[in-house]
Amino acid sequence: MLRVVNLSVEVNGKRILKNVNLYIKKGETLALFGPNGSGKSTLLNAIIGNPAYKIVGGRIVFKKVDITNLPTDERVKLGMAMSFQNPPKISGVKLIDVLRYCAKLSGNQEKIYELAEKMKMKEHLERSVNLGFSGGEVKRSEILQLMLMNPDFVMLDEPDSGVDLENISLVGKAISELLEREMEDRKKAGIIITHQGHILDYVSADHGAILYNGKIACIGDPRDILDQIRKNGYEGCLTKCLKDMI
Amino acid sequence: MSEGYDIDREKLREVGIELDPKKRSATFIQQDQEVRNVATFYEGVEVMSIRDAMKKYDWVKDYFWRILRRDQDEFTKEADSEDVNGYFIRALPNVKVEIPVEACLFLHRARTQKVHNIVIAEEGSELNILTGCTSHPSAVGMHIGVSEFFVKRNAKLSFTMIHSWHNKIEVRPRSAAIVEENATFISNYILLNPVKLVQMYPTSYVYRNSRAIFNSVIVALEGSVVDSGSRAVLKEPGATAEIISRTISKGGKITARGQIIGESEGVKGHLECKGLILSENGDITAIPELIARKPNLELSHEAAIGKIAEEEIFYLMSRGMSRDEAVSAIVRGFMEIEIKGLPEVLKRTIDKAIEDMKDAL
Ligand SMILES: Nc1ncnc2c1ncn2[C@@H]1O[C@H](COP(=O)(O)OP(=O)(O)O)[C@@H](O)[C@H]1O
Ligand SMILES: [Mg+2]
Repeated sequence: MLRVVNLSVEVNGKRILKNVNLYIKKGETLALFGPNGSGKSTLLNAIIGNPAYKIVGGRIVFKKVDITNLPTDERVKLGMAMSFQNPPKISGVKLIDVLRYCAKLSGNQEKIYELAEKMKMKEHLERSVNLGFSGGEVKRSEILQLMLMNPDFVMLDEPDSGVDLENISLVGKAISELLEREMEDRKKAGIIITHQGHILDYVSADHGAILYNGKIACIGDPRDILDQIRKNGYEGCLTKCLKDMI
Repeated sequence: MSEGYDIDREKLREVGIELDPKKRSATFIQQDQEVRNVATFYEGVEVMSIRDAMKKYDWVKDYFWRILRRDQDEFTKEADSEDVNGYFIRALPNVKVEIPVEACLFLHRARTQKVHNIVIAEEGSELNILTGCTSHPSAVGMHIGVSEFFVKRNAKLSFTMIHSWHNKIEVRPRSAAIVEENATFISNYILLNPVKLVQMYPTSYVYRNSRAIFNSVIVALEGSVVDSGSRAVLKEPGATAEIISRTISKGGKITARGQIIGESEGVKGHLECKGLILSENGDITAIPELIARKPNLELSHEAAIGKIAEEEIFYLMSRGMSRDEAVSAIVRGFMEIEIKGLPEVLKRTIDKAIEDMKDAL
């Protein structure tokens, strides 16, 4: 569904991603790990077309369309969406207004209130989007937006950070549904960035990868990688990964 | 054109004038120096021309030039003339009228429209006024509007002014308010359309435990010059002021002023001045000023001018909006100021005025 070829990305004139290659098939979910600042968010922002992240080399192909130079709204109409790690607060633009646009993409207008209730965001509908939302509320609002967009390709940037224990299973189940993880014949695919891996207790992933220094450094079973990171840190994990490859 | 006026109903509605006794407690319409329509539909609210008020009550003259000075500048001097007209609006003691009084000042053939308004909310009363000022498309001239507001003890007055002029009109409002003990004065200003020049600096004198709130939403289109601000003088303990402005330049030149003067201990004031430049020729100067003349008071301000953040546009585009839709949603959001303490009808009028303005952007 998504193919990233030799992608290089600059932010503020600084090269962040170097020749990244990625291939994700229909039905697959990739868990992406990596230390702070390694370029995980940069990768997703480049895929969705954030103009602050400048593609200086390579291509992105989505559903057989080269989207490398498409504006974000057109990428979204092709069926991809992203939940952001730190979305902006927009004064005066209400959450409900944003949700209406999200629902328009999928024709899910009649589900806005039902899903808002499910994600415990009903009280926030008339508030400015993200303004004064707690960390967990921001994440629940992001997932809610994605549920209404119902994209084929789902990108989640640290959907679990800042979410308290009480809500992590709510968020986890919602993501699992977005990615159709419980279904036999999945049509959806996606990437989940997770720092601590908590979300993987609720959402299964087919592959895991570590982004290190702007490069995909290691690919394998997501649980194994997570265990290695927890035991030996990123460095240890990478060393082992290299050994296994030889 | 509607009966008796050289102005069409649409234009009146744009500045909030409905001519509907179900939605308004009184109506006053002045064209140039002449009063065209006065009607009151509510017991306890007096609305008449200032000339009639002078005839009816001999004390009205004591309210003339009580807060403002005749010789403040050349415009007040010019307004201080024999042929001045304007409205007199008064809520009798303890009368609470939620339905707004509407007043329209319409400039057509006069070179200079000279207006002197007196508004009195007597003790314990509640009064809401909506003033719509507009001009005939062919008009060339100046509007000088002197307004003196008296909000007596425990009273509450909200005054909402919607301006929709044409580009050959110069506008010089001169207004001031006295907000007595435990009283509330809310002043809202909305500038919708091109104008040659608007220059004003309304001032409130705020006494013990009373509140003054100023909100303004100003859009300056190409060729317009707007120099507008609000000032609050906090005279006694417990006085508070809040001044909020949103200015947008789409090619016009804006000076957004604001001043809070703390003259007593135990007063509190906040000034918030936000500007957005939407075109290459835009020009906004924000001048927030805080002046403290006693210890133990609390004055703060927040000023910011910018263009629309690309990150916000991108975020909304990632939810399926086109670039234009995202920009317009952000601009709409920018103008959204929450005005507390207004009756629903007035809120709706203000929302509609802002909505019209957004469509023009
Ligand atoms: N908008 C931005 N402006 C400036 N630098 C940025 C921006 N976004 C990311 N960076 C820089 O790019 C590098 C990678 O950041 P990021 O992709 O956010 O990492 P991660 O998500 O893996 O923590 C970091 O050095 C970060 O400081
Ligand atoms: Mg990140």
